Amino acid sequence: MDILRQTGYLLKKEILLEWRSKYAFNGVLLYIVSTVFVCYISFNLSPGFNTSNSYPVVWNVLFWIIILFAAVNAIAKSFLQESRSRLLYYYTIASPQAVILSKTIYNALLMTLLSVLALIVYVLFFNNTVGDAWFYFLSVLVGSVTFATTFTMVSAIAAKAGNGGTLMAILSFPVIIPVILLLVKVSKSAMDGVDRSFTYGNFGILATINIMVIGVSLLLFPYLWRD
Amino acid sequence: MMKFIYQSWWKIAAVLLIFYTIIAGLLLPVPVLPILHETIRNVYFHVPMWMAMFVVFGISVVYSIKYLSSGKEQDDLVAIECVNTGVVFYILGLLSGMLWARFTWGEFWSNDPKQNSAAIAFLLYCAYLVLRNSIDEEQKRARISAIYNIFAFPVMVVLLFILPRMTDSLHPGNGGNPAFGKYDMDNTMRAVFYPACIGWIFIAIWIATLRYRIRLIENKKLSL
Repeated sequence: MDILRQTGYLLKKEILLEWRSKYAFNGVLLYIVSTVFVCYISFNLSPGFNTSNSYPVVWNVLFWIIILFAAVNAIAKSFLQESRSRLLYYYTIASPQAVILSKTIYNALLMTLLSVLALIVYVLFFNNTVGDAWFYFLSVLVGSVTFATTFTMVSAIAAKAGNGGTLMAILSFPVIIPVILLLVKVSKSAMDGVDRSFTYGNFGILATINIMVIGVSLLLFPYLWRD
Repeated sequence: MMKFIYQSWWKIAAVLLIFYTIIAGLLLPVPVLPILHETIRNVYFHVPMWMAMFVVFGISVVYSIKYLSSGKEQDDLVAIECVNTGVVFYILGLLSGMLWARFTWGEFWSNDPKQNSAAIAFLLYCAYLVLRNSIDEEQKRARISAIYNIFAFPVMVVLLFILPRMTDSLHPGNGGNPAFGKYDMDNTMRAVFYPACIGWIFIAIWIATLRYRIRLIENKKLSL
């Protein structure tokens, strides 16, 4: 399996690069912490909100919005930061499938780590109302992986089109909205402590979306990189 | 296949079918159902818009795939003109649905899952058009937008036809509400509804082919 070996090397290179600079990781982490802190302060402006009925709803939705923007910021870099000549070099030594696969896996790892840290920071500041903590944690993990797979392909398209940031948001938001609706629903039922068997179906849909997106990326990326 | 677009029998058939459905759709009797009453006639005009949109978007995806394998400029022109036509039918479908919703649900926009996901899928195709405009180089534009088009189509299908069926939507056909299933549409309605679908699908394809032919002539002029 040549592709898998190449993917392994490219993945190792991505992690090594990130480990040396820690730019994407630290930047996004700082972004998350400051957003959470801003939300914390503004929530405290209206006393009594912590105990109101709408608090869990806001808690959940706010968390996903923070993760969404963190994901856009973290993953937009994955193709935009690569210079043209470096990309050309990858394509001479590895197959395009290995490139997109390694980027997807790397982004999935990065997003998982970031969202777990975000969850910890979030729970530190806001008092926790989650009923089924393990299931909520699972939905966060699945959600961050789904964000990573979708945004990686979109960031490849946006990077090719030339003007990165704006296009990334325009192209990815309509694609990610159904995913985020599902995630909010799943995590809300985990919060309310709904019986787990009710949400297995939604996890199935999320897994299908992931497999579909990875399959489509593997099929389409070879056409995308050719210039 | 390309000969088909220069033939005229299906265009005449489309016009006749549309005239028939407009007259018959407004005059023939309809079953008396609670809440819906006479607004059920909207099914002759609202649903065919979505059918037509779906067909031209589908053709567009087929030609996007063709473009990726062949690299011919004509295939890209078919894809973009099909999306342009589809977006017009999308807007008509949304507007006819909103008008109907005003009289049955009380609001033009009532936060229904079907309406919301239709709006999101509309953003998807707007994004496709923005993406096209953001790239200057023609071949690059054709290739990247073909890729996004293939990427967007399954998301559109999920948004419009799968997600609303899973939630409690007020829209007919979703969440156990009556629609053009076997219980609610009698044979007179079917005799109008199916011709309407076929007619509007043909009209959409006709508009797309006309626009495609205009683009071909423009290209010829530019290359002279």
